[in-house]
Amino acid sequence: MEKNRVLMQGNEACVEGALVAGMRFFAGYPITPSTEIAELAALRLPMVQGSFIQMEDEIASIAAIIGGSVAGVKSLTATSGPGFSLMQENLGYAAMTETPCVIVNVQRGGPSTGLPTSPSQGDVMQAKWGTHGDHPIIVISPSSVLETYHLIIRCFNLSEKYRIPVVFLMDESVGHMREGIELPNKDEIEILNRKLPDENNHGWLPYAASGDEMTPEIPPFGMGRKYHITGLVHDERGYPTSNTDKARTLITRLIDKIENNREDIITYEENVPEDARVAIVCFGGTGRSVKRAISKAKDENLEMGLFRLITIWPFPEDEIRELSQKVDHIIVAELNNGQIVNEVKRMANCNCKVHHLGKVDGTILMPDEIVNKAKEVLEHDA
Amino acid sequence: MTHEIIEKYFRKEMMPHIFCPGCGHGVLMKDIACAIDRLDYDKDKICIVSGIGCSSRASGYMDFNTIHTTHGRAIAVATGIKMANPELKVVVITGDGDAAAIGGNHFIHAARRNMDLTVFVFNNNIYGMTGGQFSPTTPTNDYGTTAPYGNIDQEFDIADLAKYSGATFVARGTVYHVDKTIRLMERAMLHKGFSVVDCISNCPTYYGRKNKKGKAPEMIRWQQKNSIDSKAAEKLTQEQLGEKMIIGEIHHDNREEYTYKYQKIKDRFKEA
Repeated sequence: MEKNRVLMQGNEACVEGALVAGMRFFAGYPITPSTEIAELAALRLPMVQGSFIQMEDEIASIAAIIGGSVAGVKSLTATSGPGFSLMQENLGYAAMTETPCVIVNVQRGGPSTGLPTSPSQGDVMQAKWGTHGDHPIIVISPSSVLETYHLIIRCFNLSEKYRIPVVFLMDESVGHMREGIELPNKDEIEILNRKLPDENNHGWLPYAASGDEMTPEIPPFGMGRKYHITGLVHDERGYPTSNTDKARTLITRLIDKIENNREDIITYEENVPEDARVAIVCFGGTGRSVKRAISKAKDENLEMGLFRLITIWPFPEDEIRELSQKVDHIIVAELNNGQIVNEVKRMANCNCKVHHLGKVDGTILMPDEIVNKAKEVLEHDA
Repeated sequence: MTHEIIEKYFRKEMMPHIFCPGCGHGVLMKDIACAIDRLDYDKDKICIVSGIGCSSRASGYMDFNTIHTTHGRAIAVATGIKMANPELKVVVITGDGDAAAIGGNHFIHAARRNMDLTVFVFNNNIYGMTGGQFSPTTPTNDYGTTAPYGNIDQEFDIADLAKYSGATFVARGTVYHVDKTIRLMERAMLHKGFSVVDCISNCPTYYGRKNKKGKAPEMIRWQQKNSIDSKAAEKLTQEQLGEKMIIGEIHHDNREEYTYKYQKIKDRFKEA
């Protein structure tokens, strides 16, 4: 098969990648700046014998994809800040019931209706803590159209493997950006599907977990294994219980299945020259500004390092700790009032100085602003 | 017969159930099992989806593919199941608060789409699980713990709400009228489209006690005395009908169902 060079928008790449991953059900509600994802899903899904439905709101949208996944179909929804807020309760339900699904949040400026068509990275903490209670989550953020294509596939793979909702945290600037990209050959792409119980496994219990993934083998409804799903604390049979041991066992396993598999889940881009005294930590579309800033600084003989988070949650704790031992300063560049910076400070633990470079006016960080911030922190040192 | 139904369709390991003594929900739950028993369905292809509340605990006791979802969202989850696999028979068990308050939007939109779901609303006019607050079907002037001076809200008629939102099969049964309710449930499940049975239940613990309606037997007798079949009601004037509750089949039409229409779109892209 020949490689295929196309001009594509980030939101389009999200749908095309999801289709390659095996997404065959989409439920959504129109909201800027994610609407193109719903529009393209509506057009493309019936072509591959999949299904699209426009629901009455975002609460219904995530509920419907949970239903779709329970019926065994890889399911996607896409939204932006206000809709993501509405989805929070069922995000926790998907985590608790271990229902694989992928939720795209093309971030806009917030809070509230905020800046609907402007870039922002203000939903980082909401993606982690938006739903109530201790729960696991995986959050991934792309910085380009091609990466959007690849990472949405990764979102589905991780979601299936660990039976967990995965949030794909895009920036408006990535969602609406058009780039020429080379689509990979389909046979070069790894696709993972959820594990199903062996037919001969007569002692099978829906919520009994095993293996390194610590993830249960739950078949779709209608496959001949009748069982119960509930958002209540449940035992291995899936039945509600308020037994303290069983509650602790369940919640601990849900958290540990992600914590114990950090190496498999966490990816990032790192490039820190040996003589760099400053490193910039960033994620998503801001990575583009940072890379330009680094090359501009190099022209002025200022070496800067790059650490771009691809997996935001679970947070790459060890990697950031190591980074803090390599440089004197970390600047966290993010389009918010300071969210990831606190995670970085927690891991740097005074090994180096950590600075925040944020923006909340609906514009992106410009390369010069990043270079100037680096110069400023170094001058202050001198 | 009852013993056979329990053996065949209930999860004995989940017993005893949490319904209060005298609660009508247990009868309605058994009615559903009896209705399914009359139909030639593969048990493995039946999904029971519920929301939150007393009614919604029923899913856990029934031996099918069962899912107890979040408050108000059963119909939205059921919609996803049906869209993803239209071969499944998807039944929703919900309550008056779950279906008509927090889930009201999903209820009317699933009706508008004529999605092939069967919804049994266990309607006991109260929020029981949280201890007796007034619900969207608590009659005006009745009492609840959050209506200590009498309810000033106007109540919803679940059957009317379903009918005028686009449901294509609407009926009402009661805990008293066992045989009739089983037949209505059976017809609702056979119907291809959005079908609703408003199942009048009784909550002696909260609604009954707050409103001096007596214990379970009195409340169930009230259902008998204050209801009239839809066919008999047709022959009566509004005056003769008075305050009587219409039971039986209330509305039926054959509008095309949603997943059938969507399949026709998919078929355009099927390779010849």
